[in-house]
Amino acid sequence: MIKFNNVTKIYSDPNGTPNVVLEDISFGIKEGEFVSIVGKSGAGKTSLVRLILGLEIPTSGEIYFENVNLADADASEIQKIRRRIGGIYQDYRLLPKKTVYENVAYIMQVEGRENKEIEKEVAKVLEVVGLEKKINNFPDELSGGQQQRLAVARALVNHPDIIIADEPTGNLDPYNTYEVISLLQKMNQSGKTVILATHNRETINKLGKRVITLEDGKIIRDEAEGRFII
Amino acid sequence: MLTSLKRVLTFATNDFSRNKGISVAAVFVLVIAIMLVSGLFFFHGMVGYLTSQIQNKIDITAYFKDGTQEQDILNVKDEILKMSPNIKGVEYISQDQALASFNEKHKDDAVLAKALQEVGSNPFLPSLNIATNGDPEQYAAVSNTLQTADYSKLIDKVDFSEKKDTIEKVYSITSNINLYGILFGIILVILSILVVFNTIRLAIENSREEIRTMRIVGASDWFVRGPFVVQGIIYGVVSFLICILLSGLFSYFLSSKIGVVLPGFDMFGYFLTNWWIFVLIQLGFGVWVGVISAVIVVKKHLDT
Repeated sequence: MIKFNNVTKIYSDPNGTPNVVLEDISFGIKEGEFVSIVGKSGAGKTSLVRLILGLEIPTSGEIYFENVNLADADASEIQKIRRRIGGIYQDYRLLPKKTVYENVAYIMQVEGRENKEIEKEVAKVLEVVGLEKKINNFPDELSGGQQQRLAVARALVNHPDIIIADEPTGNLDPYNTYEVISLLQKMNQSGKTVILATHNRETINKLGKRVITLEDGKIIRDEAEGRFII
Repeated sequence: MLTSLKRVLTFATNDFSRNKGISVAAVFVLVIAIMLVSGLFFFHGMVGYLTSQIQNKIDITAYFKDGTQEQDILNVKDEILKMSPNIKGVEYISQDQALASFNEKHKDDAVLAKALQEVGSNPFLPSLNIATNGDPEQYAAVSNTLQTADYSKLIDKVDFSEKKDTIEKVYSITSNINLYGILFGIILVILSILVVFNTIRLAIENSREEIRTMRIVGASDWFVRGPFVVQGIIYGVVSFLICILLSGLFSYFLSSKIGVVLPGFDMFGYFLTNWWIFVLIQLGFGVWVGVISAVIVVKKHLDT
């Protein structure tokens, strides 16, 4: 489903000094897999997620989403790919001027879905994450855990093929962390591909799923039932 | 497409009403800018009125020899009118009209009246008062033509040389007012555009993260840009409504005061006569600046 072929990503500092964040990365992710990408802060996890989302173009190498080379894809193709991905981020990335309902509905509106369908799906997913009584609240009126659950609802509402979670539990307490990870597991059990980028050792070790370990922009380990070992 | 458009409109109106502080600031700045542009248009009207008033008072006079037939003078008048499109008007003043006008002007001056009685006959010459568009070159051309052999047998003298300095001075002043008025106006309009652009830029900068999030979830450029552009239109329309009302009120209440400084100029009348131009300027400026600013700023965020 996703394939990285010898991908290198180099940023330039303001003074022009090259900063290699990913170096010669190659791996593939199959449909329905649960893959954790782990590593210390600055290991390259977020850059890898941004490359999958088409927010960055690799300095060298190729990234394929199914058969589409992201570097060659036009804006419309990239947008279509992003709509097939449900994203959950550490900073939630909610739309602050939209209500809970509107935040979730926005994803379906982007796709041009009918209002009736949107109402039905949004109500359903908000019930799943326990925010059905908060539909008219704005994100800043929610707690951190509620905001992350809203981000999860937004990621799930469109029934995406892939869920990318970039440090989804970074700002959460153990209870909310457990809730979010459980939801991701459920989504994976229902056939969705899940990519979890985190440095939460405990979470990874409990999952018992494939783990790709990054260090200084390089893959140092890729194990089917891996553990967080650095 | 229609659903998409409806959604963009809803997003824009929601954002406009939910960001009251930013919306009020953007509209306030836009109102000031539009009022500045409207003020320039009022100024343009006043300068135009003043210029035409001064220019109307300037003319040259061709005095005909005593005994010239009226028909000959009227023939010359027709020929002058055909000389150039810049000739605004030629007025024939007969000997009797000249005398009557003199008497009316000096009816309280006993010395002049007595002097006129002593002369016995009408001492005034028939004349043609010629007005052009104010350009001294036009007056010089008319004067030169009237002093050629064809006309010299009929015309006694043309008073252009006596008025030349005044005509040139008035023309230079009015030309400079127009030129510097336009330059000053252009500078003010550019400054206004920059101030409005920066206000809208700041308003959109506030939504930078929001735009990034919209991109991440796969919103098309149009779906991201649309609400900001519509908000730019709303800023423009709301500002226009405020400005057209303010312009009407200002011109109505200031009309009498401006009339003291510039007698005969009816500011409110000028506003009513040029109503559609004010609408076009205010609505056009407001919406155009609002939309262009939004398009440029959002494009920057979509490109990064």
